[in-house]
This record gives sequence, structure tokens and C-alpha cells, in this order.
Amino acid sequence: MTLSVAIRHRLGALDLEAGFESAGHLTALFGPSGSGKTSLINIIAGLIRPETGRIVIGGRTLVDTASRLFVPAHRRRVGFVFQDARLFPHLTVRSNLHYGRWFTPQGERYAEFGRVVEMLGIGHLLDRRPALLSGGEKQRVAIGRALLASPRLLLMDEPLASLDDARKSEIMPYLERLRDETKIPIVYVSHSIAEVARLATDVVVMADGKVAAAGPTTEIMQRLDLLQPEEVGEGGAVLDMKVLRHDESFGMTVLGAAAGEMRVPRVALAEGSVVRVRVRARDVMIATERPHGLSALNILPARIAEIGTVNGAQVDLRLDCKGDILVSRITRQSLETLELGVGRDVFAVIKTVAFDRANLSPGAPPVLTS
Amino acid sequence: MLDLTPDEWNAVRLSIKVGLWAMAASLPFGIAIALLLARGKFWGKSLLNGIVHLPLILPPVVTGYLLLLSFGRRGPIGSFLDEYFGIVFSFRWTGAALACAVMGFPLMVRAIRLSIEAVDRRLEAAAGTLGASPMWVFLTVTLPLILPGIVAGMILSFAKAMGEFGATITFVSNIPGETQTLPSAIYTFTQVPGGDAGAMRLTLISIAISMAALVVSEMFARRIGQRMDFE
Repeated sequence: MTLSVAIRHRLGALDLEAGFESAGHLTALFGPSGSGKTSLINIIAGLIRPETGRIVIGGRTLVDTASRLFVPAHRRRVGFVFQDARLFPHLTVRSNLHYGRWFTPQGERYAEFGRVVEMLGIGHLLDRRPALLSGGEKQRVAIGRALLASPRLLLMDEPLASLDDARKSEIMPYLERLRDETKIPIVYVSHSIAEVARLATDVVVMADGKVAAAGPTTEIMQRLDLLQPEEVGEGGAVLDMKVLRHDESFGMTVLGAAAGEMRVPRVALAEGSVVRVRVRARDVMIATERPHGLSALNILPARIAEIGTVNGAQVDLRLDCKGDILVSRITRQSLETLELGVGRDVFAVIKTVAFDRANLSPGAPPVLTS
Repeated sequence: MLDLTPDEWNAVRLSIKVGLWAMAASLPFGIAIALLLARGKFWGKSLLNGIVHLPLILPPVVTGYLLLLSFGRRGPIGSFLDEYFGIVFSFRWTGAALACAVMGFPLMVRAIRLSIEAVDRRLEAAAGTLGASPMWVFLTVTLPLILPGIVAGMILSFAKAMGEFGATITFVSNIPGETQTLPSAIYTFTQVPGGDAGAMRLTLISIAISMAALVVSEMFARRIGQRMDFE
């Protein structure tokens, strides 16, 4: 299913002029707050009527201002998970979940109550009122409510933004299951690199109401020019690697990719399965010769492919490791004293302990192309 | 103490009947006008708001007289309703109900309007994304959420009807068994020598009914509140 959006809309000071096309399983709309991503998702849902433009989902045109077509929100069959759950306070969790099913034509109800409840782990909450749920539980119920309306497309507007870190990591696995176990295409709004790197198959980067870049996650994440100043240090490359073997004696897992082997803390995945690894730019050191007597376990041969613009004392390098891309953030001083330049062969050094659980997640299945 | 004469019983029954009818008949209009005032954007909105509130600020006698002029047998609306629908208001209990409904209307609209304005419209948007048409959104989300306001509005309207005197007596007079409600009956007692005992009996009954209405509404509101557990 392909989602194609091309709209123009003025909203206060923001001139939203955005177009993208995605056949991805989970497309992230990524950008700083105020970049227009929430407005864009509201336009896709039909909650805002764009001044001009066209929106097509899987061959069905929802908006086409040229021919005065505007399908109202309730006829779009587009699910929406809001940042603030928005559960109906006067209904139980069960009734909240059943709400959308009511309005779905009989033949188009594909979502099964039992499966969705099981997938989201909300079976024990069914008879409670929304007011008595925790933030994370509310958000899971909200996801279930949207799913049970059997939508053709699921929109999620920063579903984790209002939750603390503990709740976030509580919900993450459910989002991964949602991405991997259902066939609904998802558009996910976020301003967090960590979430995008972990969940997205495709990324649309928004800035000032425009699309700054769009493409598969692994390609977008290595771009040096897209990092926001506040995301400094969080930015970096995303690699999809394979589990080669587990090293039980040291509690480590050896991952493999074109770049070479990488040792990370033990992950609970079978050999052969795909792991998405986020390598933060600040965790990658550069050595001009293969270092000896170093505690860091991962030393990968690399070639400098690009030197980013200098930002104060820092600079980002894009490293080509036999086809895989890593990003390294070093000081300007190191750049000069080591006489680094594009095309130079170096070694990328990454400590194993730089990877925490949030940086290692089950890989997304191959992007569906249609 | 409660040995009421048939006339007094009539007054009690009539008052309750008038109050209930006034409340029930004005409810749909009350909800519609409250919605219009809370959500509508149209020219003349403040004018409509002013007209709705008029009975609250005018002397009740003036409201009653205006009703008499327009809904009386020879008034423009009254003669029309009489001729085409056979509905007569003047000097009937229906007229008393109309006078009470008009007097209680601003109170009812205010209560419902406030509760509509307090509804989180984002919940309605959420219902829309789940496939509910605007009509269903109103019935399944908005209406249940404003129920406490509707109940409050109904109680205020009923209470106002129980106490309404000026407009009623001006519009439909004070006919025992037809338009003599509790306040008019009490007033009549106070106008005759030795009527104090009767006035006191009816006063106590009046207090009892008002208290009962209040208690019922409180119980209702609490039950709704428990069910909702608003965040």
C-alpha cells in the first residue's frame, strides 16, 4: 500500500508545503516541534482541511482539492493514536475498544478483539475506567481502540512523548509487535531520534513545514546535515545486522554485516535474526592505525566518505565501512591533528558498552514494496 | 397537619404537573439553543443570547404580560396555534406550564451550555477518526459527557417552575383546579382572614418538594460522576 501526500496549507506563521510518498511499513515523520509534522498527520486524518493538495492511500483518493474532493474523517478509515490517548471517560476500556468496530462495515472488519488485546497486553484492564489507568496503559488501550476499527492506515502522533522513560520502554515492544505482526501501514510522528531509529522503516524529515529529506531509515540516519542541534550526540547511523553467534562466557552477542563483526551486549534473539543497531555518532572514535592495547572491542576498517560542516568545536564524519555507513563525531582539533580528509583509510572504534538495550532492537522486516 | 382540602391537593398536583411539563417540553429546545450558543458561529448570536436571558432580567409580570399579548387567544401566536393545532394556552394549565418553561429556560440553557463548553472537543475528533459521523459523535460522546449539565438544567427548570408566580398569575390568572399552582394558592390564603394555617401547610409541602428535587438531582449527579470518574 502506498501513501502519497502532496499538500499546501497555511497555519498561523507556518507555511506547510509538504509532499512525500511512502510504501514503508512504518514511516516516521521526523522533525523538531513546530516543523509541521503534527499538522500534516492531522491533514492525513481529515481533522484539518488543506487549502490545496492531494492525498491518496492505496489507490483511494481522500483529498483532491482540484476536483473538490474531501472525504470527511469518519469515512476515511484512518486510525489515529493521539499523544494524549483521548480515551472516552464515560466508557469502560472494553467499550472504548469496541467503539470503532461499530462504525466499520461488516465485510471490512479484519481486526480480532482477542488478538489485539493479547498483543497489547490489556486483557486485565477491560472492565476498568480510563481514569484509573496509568499513562502507558492508556496509550496501549488507545492503540487497541484505533486498531479495532480495522483501519487501512494507522497514524500515531508522538504516542510516547507524554510518557516517562520507564513507560516508553514498556510500550516500545508493543509498537514493534504492531509493526511486525499487523499489515497496516503506519505513519508515526516523532521528534526523538531514538524512537525513529528503532521503529521506522522509512523516514520523512520535516523542517519549517517542508520535507527536508525522505527515504529508508538506514539512509536517512547517516545524513550529517539533518541532525538538530538538540539531538547532538543522539544522532548516528542505523545498521541492520545479523546475529552470528552468542558468546555466553562473556555475555555478548556477535553481530555481522558488510562492515565486519561487532560485539554487543547479549541480545535475546536467535542466530540468524536481524538486529537493528543504532550507533551514536558520539560513540564512534577514529584511529589512523589499528590500535593495540585498547579495551574497545569493535575496531572496523573504514574510509572517510564525507566531512560535515564544523559546528563549534565538533565535526561529524561519515565513514564508509565496506558499504555500511557509520557516523562519527569528533573534535575539530582531532580532525586537524590527525590530518583527516575525505578518502583517507582509518579505523572506527566503538566500545561494546556503548550499546544499551534501547540501541538494539529486533530488526524491521524487509520493507514491503507494492 | 397534612389534612389538605381537595383544592389544596389540586394545587400540589397541578404544581408538580406544570413543573414536570415545563421541564420536559423545554428540554429539547434547551439543548438545541445551548448547543447553538456554545458551538455556533453566526450573526446575531449575542442577540439570541440576550433574548434567551430576557426572562431572567425582566420583571416576571412583564414576561407574563408579553406572553398574554402573544400567546393569548387573540395574540398572533396564540390564535394561530388555536386555529391550526387546537392548542390553547390562555387560562389553562398548559399556559401555566408555558410561563414556567419560559421563566426557567435561561437557567436551563446556562447549565447545559456550560457543560457543553467544558466538553473536550478532542474526544469528539477522536470519535470521528474511529468512524463515527457527527450525529453519532453527539449521541455517543457529547451527550453522555454533558449529562450532568443536562440534569442540573432540568432541576433548575423544575425548581423555577415550582416557585414561579408573577408571570403565571399575569398570563393565566389564578383559577383553582386549572391554573392555581402552589405559590398562587399560598398567595390566595394570605389574602383571606384565617388562611394562615393553609398557607403554612402549603409552604411546608413546597419546601418538601423542592428538597426532594434537590436530593434526587444530587443522587443522580453522584451516580453519573462515579460512572465517569473524570480525569
